[in-house]
Amino acid sequence: MITLAGLGIASAVILYFVAQKFKVIEDPRIDIVADILPGANCGGCGFAGCRNFAEAIVKAESLEGLACPVGGAVVMGNVGQAMGLTVEATEPKIAVVRCNGSKAHAPAKVVFDSASRCSFAHSLFSGESGCPDGCLGLGDCVVSCHFDALHIDSETGLPVVNDKCVACGACVKACPRGVIELRYKGKKDRRVFVSCINTEKGAIAKKNCEVACIGCGKCVKVCPFDAITLANNLAYIDFEKCKLCRKCVAECPTGAIHELNFPTRKEPVATSEQSDTTT
Amino acid sequence: MKTFKIGGVHPEENKLSAGKPIEVFPIPQKVYIPLSQSLGAPSKPVVKKGDVVKVGQMIAQGEGFISSNIHSSVSGTVVKVEDYPGAGGYRSPAIFIDVEGDEWEESIDRTEALNKECALSPEEIVGRLKSFGIVGLGGATFPSHVKLMVPAGKKPEFLIINGVECEPYLTSDHRLMMEHGEELMVGISILMKGLGVTKAFIGIENNKPDAIGHLSKLASSWPGIEVHPLKVKYPQGGEKQLIKALVNREVPSGKLPIEVGCVVNNVGTAFAVYEAVQKNKPLFERVVTVTGKSIPTPGNFMVRIGTLVSALLVHSGFSAEDGLKVIGGGPMMGKALTNLDVPVVKGTSGILVMPASESKRMAEQSCIRCSRCTTVCPMGLEPFQLATESERAFYELAEKDRILDCIECGSCHYTCPSGRHLLDHIRVGKAAVAKLIRARAAK
Repeated sequence: MITLAGLGIASAVILYFVAQKFKVIEDPRIDIVADILPGANCGGCGFAGCRNFAEAIVKAESLEGLACPVGGAVVMGNVGQAMGLTVEATEPKIAVVRCNGSKAHAPAKVVFDSASRCSFAHSLFSGESGCPDGCLGLGDCVVSCHFDALHIDSETGLPVVNDKCVACGACVKACPRGVIELRYKGKKDRRVFVSCINTEKGAIAKKNCEVACIGCGKCVKVCPFDAITLANNLAYIDFEKCKLCRKCVAECPTGAIHELNFPTRKEPVATSEQSDTTT
Repeated sequence: MKTFKIGGVHPEENKLSAGKPIEVFPIPQKVYIPLSQSLGAPSKPVVKKGDVVKVGQMIAQGEGFISSNIHSSVSGTVVKVEDYPGAGGYRSPAIFIDVEGDEWEESIDRTEALNKECALSPEEIVGRLKSFGIVGLGGATFPSHVKLMVPAGKKPEFLIINGVECEPYLTSDHRLMMEHGEELMVGISILMKGLGVTKAFIGIENNKPDAIGHLSKLASSWPGIEVHPLKVKYPQGGEKQLIKALVNREVPSGKLPIEVGCVVNNVGTAFAVYEAVQKNKPLFERVVTVTGKSIPTPGNFMVRIGTLVSALLVHSGFSAEDGLKVIGGGPMMGKALTNLDVPVVKGTSGILVMPASESKRMAEQSCIRCSRCTTVCPMGLEPFQLATESERAFYELAEKDRILDCIECGSCHYTCPSGRHLLDHIRVGKAAVAKLIRARAAK
């Protein structure tokens, strides 16, 4: 009994001094910031998790270049308040699938009969339709999404993004072909973008997919804001410059440029497919 | 009988075209010659649109240490240099030539006479193989001259000649051994001279007794060359397995055969070496097996590089109803073609048509932990484990479990009773791990 008590007291004394010696002083603000953050640990901010991000904020003593895509402006505003820092205004973003090579538009010429993973199919062949850049439709992006914001549409065979998307960028990384891009969500969720990333010459691209960008450059000429650039037979709309005037949408001969969530026009536009399939 | 010790499977052999002599395939109207035909960097074209070329003229030059020259397989006019889809559907640059006549470079000796004497020094032999674009014809298309340039401090002891042809269906090497045995012996002696070795072993599987008998008889008059019959087991044609079978040495993980004093070459390569050194003939044609259960007339053909696969298939009586899947190579390691208008390249050993009934894979089910894949893996790996690690993106773990040692023979995939896509996942993992290692090295 006495031996045990003695051992206990001796250990307690040793432990006390060891604890004093190796004491880690942690900034209490880290806990405060971490509590404000959503706790999704998605990695969308570029850090390993929410706590890691909180540590980075406290260490940086500024919010420049730091943003939580999940919480958006509200959470970052709260963080700024807690830290006494000014918050950069960031425009909310959303994932956009830049391929409209659905089963109907880009019919399969061969059958893929193997492990259902885009990364594997991409290393093996150009895809069932023959387009070497288009969506393979095997769902690596769906698996990567922590927010249930993506699913593959069984009719088109293409991924569909819903409004649960927080623009964490996991799908952008998961896609072996770089089909998905984070773009500004836009006022009233309105967006205009080129739904194709094929860089082959027009005739070849068109052979595999009827809604491919053929690099004709008509959109570049019609754009009043110089938002569209043409490189490697492919047009790209800069979302920082685009004012959503939609002139290019009407001009595109293949219907590769998509407009989303706009009210219907008075005169029907000759786009081959309503674009909501690829949101 | 000799064989390698761990793992291996024995798929149905199906050597349908074994008795068919090599037939010279008619020269096509036009050829598409891809610029990337060997392991390593693609070659750089040295001809342009409108140039008139002869058979055997160099049309693309290898750049960098591991790369090889490419020669025209026909005479005619260069139409263009443009991207053309390969077997996987991805486009890569190719030289398009319209054929006119069949005019060869004057320097090429077109006589049948056997030329046994080789007066060249080892350095000259290496130079000759390099300039004549000789690559390994077993499938990996590793430039042959690089194999002969032994790194300082290593000493080759044996030349190993691979006449195993363990892939089912394929018979191109078998026919070459039967019909060009004497040239093969000269080619082997040239390779021995180039390497400075006095011993060469030819490994042939026991399902080709005629080839074993024929080459054994010829080898008796060539000092240092021995023929060894081997037990039929896939993948004995893998160089590490062949070395184990013939000289009972094990190549350490991540190392090349030279580490254990061996250099391995295919019989097709030895024949190409003979033609390059003794006949001044660059590598612009090769033996291709066209086979399949539904093909009316399977056969072996001497085909000019750049000939379209569709032309070969039509010649063998193939019609679209005969097969669902056309494979470049054998059934175990070959890859399905996405399009039949792809050109024959230096690495095309066979074209296999699978009938509809055999084309589809079985439905994938859960792993039942039967350990068959582990039992058959010739590299002593645990394929089920590697596949799962790669599926879950645990690449560091996969690296530790030696995923890079996998030779992609497909034995695990072949034997899995649950039809799991083991090799598919392992291939993804291998690429990811290799990327990981490169990133680490760059730091």
